[in-house]
Amino acid sequence: MVRASLAAAFLWFVAAPLWASPVSHFTLENGLEAVVIEDHRAPVVVHMVWYKVGSADELRGKSGIAHYFEHLMFKGTDTMAAGELSKTVAANGGSDNAFTSYDYTAYYQRIAADRLELVMKMEADRMRHLKISPDDWKTERDVILEERAQRTDSDPGALFGEQKNAAQFLNHPYGTPIIGWRQEMEALTRDDALAWYPKYYAPNNAVLVVAGDVTPDQVRTLAETYYGVLAPTPDLPERQRPQEPPQLAERRLVFPDARVAQPYLSRSYLAPERDPGDQKQAAALTVLAEVLGGNSATSVLGRKLIFGDGSAIYASAYYDGMAIDDTTFNLAVMPVADVTLPEAEAALDRALADFLKEGIDPAQFERIRTRIRASEIYAQDNTEGLARRYGEALASGFSIEDVQSWPDVLMSVTEEDVMAAAHAVFDKRHAVTGYLTRPEQEAAQ
Amino acid sequence: MIRVALAAVMALICALPARAIEITEVTSPGGITAWLVEAHDIPFTALEIHFRGGASLDAPGKRGAINLMTATLEEGAGTMDSQGFAEATEALAAQFSFDVGDDSLNISARMLTENRDKAVDLLREALINPHFDQASLDRVRGQVQSIIASDAQDPNAIAGQKFRALAFGDHPYGSSLNGTADSVKALTREDMFDAKARVMARDRLVVSAVGDITADELGALLDRLLGDLPATGAPMPPRAELHLTGGTTVVDYDTPQSVVIFGQPGLAMDDPDFFAAYVLNQILGEGGFSSRLMAEVREKRGLTYGIYTYLVTRDLAETWQGSFASANEKVAEAIEVTRAEWARAAKGEVTDTELSEAKTYLTGAYPLRFDGNDQIAAILAGMQLNHMPIDYINTRNAQVEAVTREDVARVAKRLLDADALRFVVVGRPVGVKGDAL
Repeated sequence: MVRASLAAAFLWFVAAPLWASPVSHFTLENGLEAVVIEDHRAPVVVHMVWYKVGSADELRGKSGIAHYFEHLMFKGTDTMAAGELSKTVAANGGSDNAFTSYDYTAYYQRIAADRLELVMKMEADRMRHLKISPDDWKTERDVILEERAQRTDSDPGALFGEQKNAAQFLNHPYGTPIIGWRQEMEALTRDDALAWYPKYYAPNNAVLVVAGDVTPDQVRTLAETYYGVLAPTPDLPERQRPQEPPQLAERRLVFPDARVAQPYLSRSYLAPERDPGDQKQAAALTVLAEVLGGNSATSVLGRKLIFGDGSAIYASAYYDGMAIDDTTFNLAVMPVADVTLPEAEAALDRALADFLKEGIDPAQFERIRTRIRASEIYAQDNTEGLARRYGEALASGFSIEDVQSWPDVLMSVTEEDVMAAAHAVFDKRHAVTGYLTRPEQEAAQ
Repeated sequence: MIRVALAAVMALICALPARAIEITEVTSPGGITAWLVEAHDIPFTALEIHFRGGASLDAPGKRGAINLMTATLEEGAGTMDSQGFAEATEALAAQFSFDVGDDSLNISARMLTENRDKAVDLLREALINPHFDQASLDRVRGQVQSIIASDAQDPNAIAGQKFRALAFGDHPYGSSLNGTADSVKALTREDMFDAKARVMARDRLVVSAVGDITADELGALLDRLLGDLPATGAPMPPRAELHLTGGTTVVDYDTPQSVVIFGQPGLAMDDPDFFAAYVLNQILGEGGFSSRLMAEVREKRGLTYGIYTYLVTRDLAETWQGSFASANEKVAEAIEVTRAEWARAAKGEVTDTELSEAKTYLTGAYPLRFDGNDQIAAILAGMQLNHMPIDYINTRNAQVEAVTREDVARVAKRLLDADALRFVVVGRPVGVKGDAL
């Protein structure tokens, strides 16, 4: 459901450094939340609508519907022909696209600031008035199958990741690929799309983000005109997904594929996500990923595996806490030519064990803090990036305050916090370790 | 250290792009020229340093040397080893990237105003005093070898490699700038110093800066950072002769979806018909969801996730290319539709609507590119690399607007030829036969 702020006219600014873009926020009476990020350096605007629905909200057996539906959103309304939105945006010099994730689906246009009304009118139109003609949907299903072939089936690394993810999540839909399992995609129908649309594509399930050369008043006036008239979905369900049971057993898998040139191992641990109003643990894990694998020359894994024993070509750590439910902390190692995957894994485990004993080099910790501070300066140069940051967070249930306090939360993390997070997350019972190999190497192991 | 004020030779206000951009041509006291846009809103500067010639300046038998050298620049320099250099970069929160292409070697830097002098001194060490020590060289060599091995198994890379070999033969454009496993294996530390001397010289330098820096400050920076580079490098490579012929080449590869690259001869940016071809390419295959090929191959038939064409204007050769991927069972039809659209386009008949939509897109999208210091710095560097005048930004849209249907028809008939189109198909395409080459 929508945040507590009563009706519209709620508008506020947040104190920030001189160079930071002003950000304002309001909610329409029908529940549409809006964020306006001002950047008057160029007469350009980014207009985004983020729906609070993603592949993790799909019914079992209908995997891929969230993403398939995203494609169908370009098929026209009573007043727009199929493809007309993109065509109109292009004819006005703009660009548009859309993307689907586990927790959200988003649509955006980038265009000259004086054309904001044009794109908002079209985006609002398809929020409630989409028409899927009986002719279009099968061709578009072929397109998503080609997309799956291109992105996943042609890439052993992507197939491996999909299998590994499925092993990580025993019950939660994060274990199902966003694009869908092929046999379920092949069976998706127009009726599935028509069932998906009216419930989730509604103003009270959406976040509007407008960033660029606009004022909050302008955006509010336009938003009231075009989005304000749309009917909300009554009794929108809470986003309750099936949760993970206690994970009690380490999982391991080997994925052989003749197309693999460089074998590597990848390990994920179940890890807590960022929580609205409580981001400390996720901040510690974010810093932990930087400490372990942020820079191959200075990180712990880089020092120990690439520069130290020389067992690895690449070593990395990755964590992104922006999720609604439990997510993963990820490690990957690509061994040098004469090191096997089991040897590389043993070296990784030694490196982790040593790190847990040795703790963090204070000089490295200080450099990471410097970079966190600087990244906020560099981020101001990318308005679209800022827009995505707010859209993703609000669509995932976070507040503006959560987004704006995140850099401070990161800066408040201590070395002790990071080590505590490391001790908590590195539990092999919650982990999946996968080897991506060539077939003959699998046989040799 | 030089701290002498300098002459800002030329300042030009461009009215068209988004923010009225004032490009200043700055010449340092030491004679190094750069294009500058001052933008003091955010306390950092984006700097682009390019050396013309790029990896195509590899010495005979040393393919991959310039690429390996570029990747090793930051792996130890001055008094710092590889890790020391990375630590110093982190401590300043500076961001440096070192990259090389067929036509230029590119160094991009972002530096905070608060410690810019230190960041410049640090970057200078990598540009002037790199170690190329054996351990670092071997470590980076291992990374490059890993990329070469991955490319050998990647259908997109295989297709690109095959296409460039067919098009350019023995010219450097005909092979990957990574080199081969054998050529990279043989490279020595001496080769790194030679490779650096061939390409990183002041006579082929292009620089742009955008951000929180004045012309005087930039002038001093240029001399400090680049003044000690050698004056001259290796002679530029010759133009590449194009060996492309029409037909189809199939590279067998066990994967469910075929990757296709297709192409024919193109035209240079200084060709009088360049903008007519540019508009035609937009209509044919560049216009995303609006292009003819996207409509026919994706929207109407569902044969691909995406199909695009592009005018490839390298310094030493020009092609008109495109690419898509399609299931092995469908790729024959996709190729047939593509060839038919190419033949239709070759007739040069575009509607008034197509022409005006392409023009409004191209003219409307152009100012939107000037969004952010990084992008503007990259655009300014690209303009200089392509020998465009400093006022190009002001005239570019007028050149697009001036294109008529007759211009499009002329360039279509002159250039586009479905029979000259070479398709390279990597996969197990059903019903597609390669010709013997």
